[in-house]
Amino acid sequence: MPSVFSEWLDRQSRHLFIMPAVIMILVFSIFPLIASAILALSRVRLRAGGYKVTFVGFANFKKQIFGSEQFHFLGTFGSISLLAWAFTIAVGALLIWWLLRYLRGPVWWLGLIGRLIAAAVLFGIAFMFAATLLSGTQIGTLGVTLFYVFVGCTVQFAIGLGLAVVCAQPIRGRTFFRVVFFLPLMITPIGIGYAFRMLADTTKGPFAPLWQMVGLGDYAWVTSPWAARFFIIVADSWQWIPFIFVVLLAALENVPRDMVEAGHVDGASHSQIFREITWPQIAPVAATVILIRVIEAFKLVDLPNIMTAGGPGIATESMTLHAFFAWRAPDLGQSAAISYLLLFVTVVLCVSFFNLVILKHRSAQG
Amino acid sequence: MQSTPLPKNTVLGRFFEPPGIGKMSPGGKVIVYGVLFSWSAFVLFPLYWVVVTSLKLPIDVNAGPVYLPWVDFTPNLHAWRELLVTGLGKTMKPYFNSIVIALLSTSLCALIGSMAAYALVRIEYKPKFGTILLFVLAMVAMAVAVGVAGVDWRLAAAVAGAIFVLLARTLGRRFKRSVANGDILFWMISQRILPPVVTIIPVYMMFQNLRMLDTHAALILSYTVVNLPIVIWLMYDFFAAVPIELEESAQLDGASRLTIFFEIVLPLARAGLAATTLLVLILAWNEYVLALFLSTSKAQTMPILVAAMNAGEKGVLWWTMCVVIIIMIIPVILMALVLQRFIAKGVLTGAVKG
Repeated sequence: MPSVFSEWLDRQSRHLFIMPAVIMILVFSIFPLIASAILALSRVRLRAGGYKVTFVGFANFKKQIFGSEQFHFLGTFGSISLLAWAFTIAVGALLIWWLLRYLRGPVWWLGLIGRLIAAAVLFGIAFMFAATLLSGTQIGTLGVTLFYVFVGCTVQFAIGLGLAVVCAQPIRGRTFFRVVFFLPLMITPIGIGYAFRMLADTTKGPFAPLWQMVGLGDYAWVTSPWAARFFIIVADSWQWIPFIFVVLLAALENVPRDMVEAGHVDGASHSQIFREITWPQIAPVAATVILIRVIEAFKLVDLPNIMTAGGPGIATESMTLHAFFAWRAPDLGQSAAISYLLLFVTVVLCVSFFNLVILKHRSAQG
Repeated sequence: MQSTPLPKNTVLGRFFEPPGIGKMSPGGKVIVYGVLFSWSAFVLFPLYWVVVTSLKLPIDVNAGPVYLPWVDFTPNLHAWRELLVTGLGKTMKPYFNSIVIALLSTSLCALIGSMAAYALVRIEYKPKFGTILLFVLAMVAMAVAVGVAGVDWRLAAAVAGAIFVLLARTLGRRFKRSVANGDILFWMISQRILPPVVTIIPVYMMFQNLRMLDTHAALILSYTVVNLPIVIWLMYDFFAAVPIELEESAQLDGASRLTIFFEIVLPLARAGLAATTLLVLILAWNEYVLALFLSTSKAQTMPILVAAMNAGEKGVLWWTMCVVIIIMIIPVILMALVLQRFIAKGVLTGAVKG
């Protein structure tokens, strides 16, 4: 009996190995993804013991992009300044040049469609920033999310790389510094949010005397949009720089020592060695770590929720938080529509990054 | 671009001149240690502030900043006592929940994920493109039937499943184009791009329908799915590094694939597995958004308890919150120490490769 069973098990093993993962993903992410699409196209009303779902087409998306929720999602559109028009036209021209350059080489239809979508999304984002930020009006949750992603990830990568380079030097107390630098990753993001709220307090926080000295004693971070956004990036960086640091340090330590030493013997300067020897070796890992970080940054929700509750007004509200507030309202259709918009922007930007940076790099290497 | 070397005969030049290869110049040392110590201060100060605040009375917190215990305020264990003595039951429940959920979901995730990663490295799969399309269409039909037309989900699932099997059996042979392992791997990893907020509402409704809201199982299952792409992504590379000759000789000896996986491949990849497990464990332990949607009281986890310290009219209970943050770090550090041993050992035994 056991041998019959084990024989059967062995014959089925090719399915047995992969099916649990496939089924889990199908049930808990693909099916909900489809259901969420249906919700995004409907008006959902709570009803005793269930929901009433009415199909409304693209009304939810329309409301976010053109309708009464536009200020919340894209920002407040006022009169568009001359600078903003110039910026939009410049970005448009750049994108058209990029597409034309691609069309001159061998064209693959899927690549062309992907590039067209990416260009359209980038142009839309550029126009949105031009019409809000450059025209002096409030940006919406899309702009805030992109701000967290791009500014946050750039700062984190720059500092993380710097620390990794420093830690890869022959230093004393290497283990101590590594453990200390790794610590923030172990702390719950909620705790980090609250800890930074304490630190930012200008009357009771540890830096209160300092603020009073420079005459900012009554200044509250949470009432100024840019200060609040900046502060959330500081907390986010505190938590995530360790991750970039650990991965890049491992990559730096895999760079063959004899190559670096040969460079020294040949009289190359530190910056030359980094540019010519070290960077090409760690670039693939660096690109991957940036991609992982960007993916996670798009999902940022706990820090804004804890530190500012999205305030002042909607100034620090990320798109996930926006969708969460809509869910709590409760307006499930709007919430699903916002999450779909987030998914769309995330996928277009991440896939473009993957195809245009990581794959290009790999094909150039081998 | 040629950067001009510093003149060697000046004091400044000598300051930045390394005494030998693999050593640092005195100037370099100043910069390097300056950076290291200032970053350590930036990392440690918030932690120090959390620890110090946990020892303060409410009046010490509210009156303005005090910095050093025994110097400018008297440390007091009232917050620790409140959570660990008088309110122990209230603290232990979410603590226990968090431990159970994090451990079980991480184990499940590591098991399922490494099996799938191994399968994608060693076994060739060729699902037909058309069959996948049929399956997706069946799921869309089921979702529409349940969501819009209000059909009972069990009936819809059964009908959709039956139609899919029927069509796949009859049309399956006609489909030509198939999908390769690389596509499956990409599909699984790309699940990580999916923001949890996109799927959480339907998942919430699903668990509501099954009366599984606010249970451990709901959180364990959803954490497993969310972290599965990470395990598959990382373990794929570790398994690909295991030499195939070992497996082939075991296969000649008559070992089944399951035996090979659990007794040969997994032990060889244990350093990678330990590192992956640690990462997933930290993510599951600190997860907030899914817990916020799916748990209310019975299955409440620690991050929710931290957030709950913002107690309405009395403001934030900083002192007890700091205690919770501290006791949340302890298990993570313990696990890191336990798994660190495997990681270090694995690196040493990694010499097996040659």
